[in-house]
Amino acid sequence: MTSNMTPGVTPRMTPRQKRIGAVVLIIMGMGIAALLILTAFEKNLMYFYTPSEVAQGEVPTDRKFRIGGMVVDGSVVRNDDSLAVQFDLTDTAHIVTVEYDGILPDLFREGQGIVANGSLSVDGRFIAAEVLAKHDENYMPPEVAEALAKAKPTTPPPNANSKY
Amino acid sequence: MLAEIGHFALVLALGIAVVQVIFPFAGYRYGYQNWMAAAKPCARIQFVLLLTAFAVLTSAFVQNDFSLAYVAQNSNSALPLPYRISAVWGAHEGSLLMWVLILAGWTTAVSALESELPDDFVSLVLAVMGLVSVGFLLFMLFTSNPFDRLAQVPADGADLNPLLQDPGLIIHPPLLYMGYVGTTVAFGFALAALIQGRLTAISARWIRPWVVASWCFLTVGIALGSWWAYYELGWGGWWFWDPVENASFMPWLLGTALIHSIAVTEKRGSFKNWTLLLAIATFALSLLGTFLVRSGVLTSVHAFATDPARGVFVLALFAILIGGALALYAWRGPGAFSGNRFEGASRETFLLINSVLLAIATATVLLGTLFPLAHEAVGLGKISVGPPYFNLVFSLVMTPLAIALSFGQFARWKSDSASRLVSSFVYTLLAAVGITVAAYFSLGGNDFLLAGVGIFLGALVILSVVRGIWDRCRGRKNVLLTLWRLPRAFKGQTLAHVGFAVTLLGATVTSFYAVDEHVRMKPGDTQNVGHYEFDFVGLKKFEGPNYRATEGHFIVRKNGKTLAELYPQKRFYHVRNTPMTEAGILGGLTRDLYVSLGEPLEAGSWSVRIHYKPLVRWIWLGALFMALGGVTALSDPRLRNAKLARVAAGSAAHNG
Repeated sequence: MTSNMTPGVTPRMTPRQKRIGAVVLIIMGMGIAALLILTAFEKNLMYFYTPSEVAQGEVPTDRKFRIGGMVVDGSVVRNDDSLAVQFDLTDTAHIVTVEYDGILPDLFREGQGIVANGSLSVDGRFIAAEVLAKHDENYMPPEVAEALAKAKPTTPPPNANSKY
Repeated sequence: MLAEIGHFALVLALGIAVVQVIFPFAGYRYGYQNWMAAAKPCARIQFVLLLTAFAVLTSAFVQNDFSLAYVAQNSNSALPLPYRISAVWGAHEGSLLMWVLILAGWTTAVSALESELPDDFVSLVLAVMGLVSVGFLLFMLFTSNPFDRLAQVPADGADLNPLLQDPGLIIHPPLLYMGYVGTTVAFGFALAALIQGRLTAISARWIRPWVVASWCFLTVGIALGSWWAYYELGWGGWWFWDPVENASFMPWLLGTALIHSIAVTEKRGSFKNWTLLLAIATFALSLLGTFLVRSGVLTSVHAFATDPARGVFVLALFAILIGGALALYAWRGPGAFSGNRFEGASRETFLLINSVLLAIATATVLLGTLFPLAHEAVGLGKISVGPPYFNLVFSLVMTPLAIALSFGQFARWKSDSASRLVSSFVYTLLAAVGITVAAYFSLGGNDFLLAGVGIFLGALVILSVVRGIWDRCRGRKNVLLTLWRLPRAFKGQTLAHVGFAVTLLGATVTSFYAVDEHVRMKPGDTQNVGHYEFDFVGLKKFEGPNYRATEGHFIVRKNGKTLAELYPQKRFYHVRNTPMTEAGILGGLTRDLYVSLGEPLEAGSWSVRIHYKPLVRWIWLGALFMALGGVTALSDPRLRNAKLARVAAGSAAHNG
């Protein structure tokens, strides 16, 4: 950015040149801003995958994504002296093991549908940065309901029938 | 029987709303003054009818009339009375009823308060607002009638969502709706101006108080929602870039741009087309917000509705109202370069820059909110946009915005010189740098770079505001008296800008310096967080009205001295079978200490979340300042004088 483009600084510029300069500056600024915004946007897009897609290796290993499924009954293992926890997540066809260190949401429990953000480790485990469960006992996260439907198209997902 | 009266009142209100639309438009088209005069009484009758419907629904909730489907789904005989009342707007159907009731309220206010405006103009405004009302009443009667009866009356109701059983949620939705729906007034004014083919400085002045009023409601509503999420969701976050939050934030951003653009149109007669476009777009985003929240298209705690027919209806309504408005704008809008000229370095330039930046901020939020929906709709799979995107682009936009705001304080209207601006600005700039350096030494931290930018901008805005006040008082004998006598519009603007800076500082400091510990504790354990010690004393269980609770007892100490005792709870609501977290918070102007219970682990241990949140209250305090600034500006007696000017202009318009 050069100073002679700033309106009102260099007296030799005609009003027309000033206006053109201002327009060029604005277009350049908007272009740079749009580029920055779209780059940030692309970087922070998280795709959603089902445990089957993860198990079949259809998932990039170098970026964060979201995974959703049911917590397998009896699979939750807690560490004795920290908050580290691991559990299995399934869409009824395949199972992915999830590791998490932190406080699980209120509605997390075995047999419940959950969604987690994170990335895959080298040995194929999902390292979760965040675990989300819906704030309604009868409510299956729609992503999870869909993932279950995809894995087993004939049976309706358990727990998805609402009480009202 | 009572419910049928409510239903009937809704049907009547629809009929009246149709009259309120057709008569003024037809009267305007064919020049029948007495047809146009129908708008005012219609607005008032509609308000009374909707108030009746609302009262009927409220009494159904109070009396536990579970023969109404809506009551059965959202209430329970064990629910305490205040929540039975707030449950009226706790879900889809009732909140729509509140939407139309508030719309009728704003419409009636316009019909009553704008008595000095030309009658034909007011009638057109009321007709446009009536059109919106027709859309929403049809929507309610056909897809979401709160007065639907159940064939089989259940013994008891399904209870209100426990998340909504909180004092903050009693007033958050009404405030937000006051703000959302208030943008309809600006929309009505803009469309009436377009239909009549003129937007003079005076009609910009007519719009302004309405825009400021609805903006104040929206500001407080959003702040209250953020505060509620902070203490009620149990994990100490205050803004999640959740689509539903974005839905309320986007009209706020554009409304802010609109207020500033109107100020220029009013004072200098410029930006007419930009003001009109912003008025239409702000309303469009309010409608979009309703659509996003009410259609169930989002995966979010707020989206209680899951019926696609509703989504299609709101989308059609959106297309008709906004498509029509934009077509009218393209057809009748003023030329792109109409209005008075101004130079590069003038206050107009800075105001224009900032309203464009606010529009860009809105666009980026819109992109992040709608792109995942579009992506899924065209079958490319589910995606989500993470908060880092919003945080980054938002700081990118806020930086030039805060700088332009500071510069704009000094710039003169119409024409100013860049060198005069820079030279009068230099000490303020240096002082802001000084404060930032001081903050670095007291706060430190490895990534001070980003936090430093936020602190610098906050300091710069506050200092330039102070400098603006000083410029007005300098050389006066009695400084206090001069301060007191500053015009209220100026005081309001000052307060709002300080509020912006306070929110900015709070958000920056709490984002970069908060400490967030997830720990495993059992009674008797002590945990250090920051300079504070948290002793976990013990637990006790008790029964609430419609839940059972486990309450933890924590003692907070600093340097061995007891500061407070906190009692976070884990509640279990019987009817909905839902656990809820109630945090224990020690609030303060400089920091909050926040304890919430996670879940019971083996051997009497619990997972516990402990936060140290510096300056977090500044976020909401700043929002209160902004709203208070708006109210102060509204109380400016010059607005009343403006009414006198209206009478003159109105009669001139009639004669001419």
